[in-house]
Amino acid sequence: MIEVRNVSKQFGVTRALNDVSFTVRPGEVLGFLGPNGAGKTTAMRIITGILTATQGSVRIGDFDVDEQPLKARAMIGYLPESVPLYRDMHVEDYLGFIARLKGVPKAKREAHLTETLARCGLTSVRNRLIGKLSKGYRQRVGIAQALTANPPVLVLDEPTEGLDPKQIIEIRNLIRELGGERTIILSTHILPEVSMICERVIIINRGSVVAVDTPANLNRSLQKQSVIRIVAGAPRDDFLSLCRSIPGVRTCEPGDTQGTAAGNRITVRIESSTDMDLRPQIASRIVQKGWELFELSSETMTLEDIFIQLVTREPEGAVE
Amino acid sequence: MNRFLTIFNRELGSYFISPIAYIVMAVFMIVTGMIFYSNVVFYAQASAMSLQNPSFGQLILAEDFIRPLFDNICVILLFMSPALTMRLFSEEKRSGTIELLLSYPVRDTEIILGKFLACLTFLVIMTALTSCYPIFLYFTGNPEIGPFLTAYLGFFLMGAVFLSIGVFTSSMTDNQIIAALFAFGINLVLWIIGWTGGGSDGGMLSGVFKYVSIIEHYDPLVKGVLNSQDIIYFISMSGLFLFLSHRVLIARKLRG
Repeated sequence: MIEVRNVSKQFGVTRALNDVSFTVRPGEVLGFLGPNGAGKTTAMRIITGILTATQGSVRIGDFDVDEQPLKARAMIGYLPESVPLYRDMHVEDYLGFIARLKGVPKAKREAHLTETLARCGLTSVRNRLIGKLSKGYRQRVGIAQALTANPPVLVLDEPTEGLDPKQIIEIRNLIRELGGERTIILSTHILPEVSMICERVIIINRGSVVAVDTPANLNRSLQKQSVIRIVAGAPRDDFLSLCRSIPGVRTCEPGDTQGTAAGNRITVRIESSTDMDLRPQIASRIVQKGWELFELSSETMTLEDIFIQLVTREPEGAVE
Repeated sequence: MNRFLTIFNRELGSYFISPIAYIVMAVFMIVTGMIFYSNVVFYAQASAMSLQNPSFGQLILAEDFIRPLFDNICVILLFMSPALTMRLFSEEKRSGTIELLLSYPVRDTEIILGKFLACLTFLVIMTALTSCYPIFLYFTGNPEIGPFLTAYLGFFLMGAVFLSIGVFTSSMTDNQIIAALFAFGINLVLWIIGWTGGGSDGGMLSGVFKYVSIIEHYDPLVKGVLNSQDIIYFISMSGLFLFLSHRVLIARKLRG
């Protein structure tokens, strides 16, 4: 549905995007992840035709964004990051204006407007001035304008930015509802959001794509070691040497030690390779020694860890 | 066509939902009213004098009334047209709405023409209000209609050039004040450039300056002379600045 091929964008001396290629299948929800200034917004602007790429091409459905801009743009609903709206217009008039601009036939306009208002939860504020609406409602108006004329592709730049937690959940649910029938690209820097709504993630850093995969696969492929956290009641030095003696343990870091009436309570983090689970062995050894075991848990890497790992890496370490 | 009309309607409507339209219109009517009054008084005194003293010469309506009247009125246009155009693109750039506008399936030319013609229509509405002055004269006397029509045409064409300059400067900056000042600057240059080549020494450059000067082309019209060369000047000047605005929009896509 969307095909981005070898796109580069140069702003003066800075290269905002460097040979970016990816495709989005029809009906897919794709997440764009990256630190601020990575090139997410630039990529989205190029896809929507607001910017022209220095090199490379973008196709939306059957249309090239540069060669048939009007047809390509007619397939896209776009929500920019700052949600720019005409604040001096009423919600209803504004969406009517957008419907005319996007070429919704006159006979269908009224019904389409009512449907869009209902879908975005705007029916109660349809006669209000946009400038007087709260941030959450303005965000909905922004989504409503993107949905106007039912474009098959939605490009949403940080759609949950600046909303309160309840509004974030509502907007996420709305996006999830819209996925499936539409192809959606959304950018965010809220990481759990990506694993919640997106089927596939693109991580972009310094203008280049560093990883493209499903959130689950990214977890798996990047999980190079497993981490186990142990809290036990035992003498500190004895316990540490026991941990180090277990085969497969790579590092063993002692954490805080708390003195309680029953004795010491010590926290240890153990890192080992992913192919073996050391937990049963650790448990049985502690019990053999007659120590107390308070907690034994395996920490998995969150998307956040993966993200940090990818974007803080030195340039040569691109991940396949 | 439909999309052009949509933009046109919104732009024209937005003049009337902000106070700017009413302020501009009110100031325009007050000032033109005062100019009209003083010109009528002056013309009446002059004609009384020429009746008493035949050597004073015959008064010509176009030369002695309409020309000074419209020369004064078009000075107001010089100052006011930047106020009408300054927000057209600057405001959209500042608030970011231009980004959404450009993402819709609308041609850049439709956006520019929609905004420009909305502005021009506003000027026509404002000018139409001043038609009460010549109508007043028809009740009190029996003036010729022709010179009034060419003078109004000149005023309208000059307005078109000034507004297209305003569209151009507004497309270049997200600051309305800069857009207005810059437009005013270009207007003023077009206004006085004919003076620099003044005199009859008639070098090559002074001929060019004279041709570029907006007053040189406005003057025949307010004297009641309709000349295709002048009409072509106004139309091509407006076209030039609208074309430059279009270039600015395209450059924005390339440079970001």
